Amino acid sequence: MSPDMRTRLGRVELDNPVLAASGCAGSGRELAQFFDIARIGAVVTKSVMLEPHAGRPAPRMAETPSGMVSAIGLQGPGVEVFLQRDLPWLMSRGGRAVVSVAGSGVAEYQELARRISGAEGVEMVEINLSCPNPAAQGRHFADDAAEAARIVHAVRSNTRSDIPVFAKLAPDVPDLTALAGACVEAHADGLSMINSVRGMAIDPRTLRPAVAGGMGGVSGPAIRPIAVGCVYEVHTAFPDVPIIGMGGVRTGADALEFLAAGASAVAVGSVNFSDPSACVRILRELEEALAERGVSRVAEVVGAAHRNGGAAPNR
Amino acid sequence: MSDFGPVQTRSPVLTVRRVDAYYAITIVAPQVAERFRSGQFISVAVGGDQSSMLLRRPFAIHDVKPDYGGTVEFLFSVRGQGTAWLAERRSRDLLDVVGPLGRPFPLPRDPVNCVLAGGGSGSAVLFPLAQSLRRRGCRVDFVIGAASADRVFSAITARRAAATATFTTDDGSFGLRGRLTDALGQVIEDARSDVVYACGPMPMLREVTAIAGVYGIPVQVSVEEAMACGTGICMSCVIPVVGEDGITRMARSCVDGPVFRGERVRFDDIGTIPFDALGAPGWKAQSGEGGVADREAG
Ligand SMILES: Cc1cc2nc3c(=O)[nH]c(=O)nc-3n(C[C@H](O)[C@H](O)[C@H](O)COP(=O)(O)O)c2cc1C
Ligand code: FES
Repeated sequence: MSPDMRTRLGRVELDNPVLAASGCAGSGRELAQFFDIARIGAVVTKSVMLEPHAGRPAPRMAETPSGMVSAIGLQGPGVEVFLQRDLPWLMSRGGRAVVSVAGSGVAEYQELARRISGAEGVEMVEINLSCPNPAAQGRHFADDAAEAARIVHAVRSNTRSDIPVFAKLAPDVPDLTALAGACVEAHADGLSMINSVRGMAIDPRTLRPAVAGGMGGVSGPAIRPIAVGCVYEVHTAFPDVPIIGMGGVRTGADALEFLAAGASAVAVGSVNFSDPSACVRILRELEEALAERGVSRVAEVVGAAHRNGGAAPNR
Repeated sequence: MSDFGPVQTRSPVLTVRRVDAYYAITIVAPQVAERFRSGQFISVAVGGDQSSMLLRRPFAIHDVKPDYGGTVEFLFSVRGQGTAWLAERRSRDLLDVVGPLGRPFPLPRDPVNCVLAGGGSGSAVLFPLAQSLRRRGCRVDFVIGAASADRVFSAITARRAAATATFTTDDGSFGLRGRLTDALGQVIEDARSDVVYACGPMPMLREVTAIAGVYGIPVQVSVEEAMACGTGICMSCVIPVVGEDGITRMARSCVDGPVFRGERVRFDDIGTIPFDALGAPGWKAQSGEGGVADREAG
């Protein structure tokens, strides 16, 4: 018997808990060449900004052990093209859209929220808080819990009330639980975690940073333990706040790990680059893993690691 | 999912051959072979299912044959752990392959004279192109440049497939001493070429484009950019390209290319975001740049 895969994220119920992560699936069009995009829980679309954005200079990416460093710089066509071209395409294929927004200040996030929540077919909004804050020397909004809360509040209060708003957290902040708490207090309906981890690779030939601009974000299986730890910690502090977990998900077993740590859904990021059918494969593997354990509803395993006596005792 | 787009397959290796400084792997991949048009590439996963090498390696398709329902051959030199792993594959091993990817070379409607310029392993994509062009009655002339004799790929095939084949090596160990671009102008004149097709490193493509400009003939270039996904979702492979509307965009080499019209590529601005590109900083008000922290995630 195949388990009931439905999962709840605030007011929204998804058919299954496997999503494509923001910036790692476009708006679904490219991956739809490899599988039916309506089969996965949702597509979290590439973070959209108000205006077209050219992104960062190349080289933008370098392979690292079990992962990569990248600095794309949010290249995208802007919200107008997104709403006219990309979102309607995803709707037309029966895909479900979690729309990720990115801005350079409260006003831009506010305007984005207004434009997006007026559009047809927006299931949820995810706030990318790992964007430089021009008012704080380019430090990310997520680096300052109060700034992050202001953004969350601005988006939440300008988004239709039936659309859940999730705040996406970065792992490398001074106090993750405090950041999560500030977002929840600002009425985030849930949390997505984690964004990529700040890091660098040096080109062995030139001895210069391999990614233009130096720092990039590390993603892929290399960061999975960091991500699982973040989910576990935040779920401990806020057991009732739904979490979309991500960071290096490569197999159904990895997805199950995130669910057990407290995520209600998982998002597949960089692994889409290496395996364009990853989302549907991971969904199938997760279903099989649950069936094997005799689990009838995926919701049963959410947070399981906390109930089984929490962390294993030190020996 | 469709008859045109790429597919992902587990394809058995038929042969692994050493060809001078290169390796050539032939796989059985009927779905890739039947969709293939010259200029397209495949991407191959390396290191096995739990590999620590996350990214696929892109390779130009060098040859497609009808044997075993359809085979595909690609060429590479060992440059790192990924290609070293590939070089150790043996017949019947399975490779995880995605393809065919990218925009193919546009083919001329009329039987015109075409010169094909390939630098290093970049010449690999030109062989299936030469076949397609000849089937259309086009005259084909090859100009192939490499560092040294052992890096001139398939001289015999080039001679067979073309009206003339000119070779250059940096060290003079084969053909003319010098660079491919030193010889290209003469070939264009002698063959009365109507169009240039080129593949190779960016500086070479830039010069080839300039030479084609001098003769006033169109040039199609196939770029070899680093790619993380090859399918158009990661935005890591962009170069500045001028669109039909005259606007420069950061175009994805993997899906908007790898073939571009040479004169559309802003070779001098590669590695930068030109100030007049769509969405460049300053395109609207520039916001707090500078310093290590100014990276947007994604
Ligand atoms: C190339 C690339 C682009 C990304 N773009 C975005 C983005 O636009 N918005 C966002 O919130 N996260 C973005 N991310 C972060 C991912 O959504 C994800 O949080 C992170 O990569 C960790 O997951 P992974 O290890 O499965 O990739 C991007 C990641 C990569 C590698
Ligand atoms: S390699 Fe990912 S978009 Fe081109």
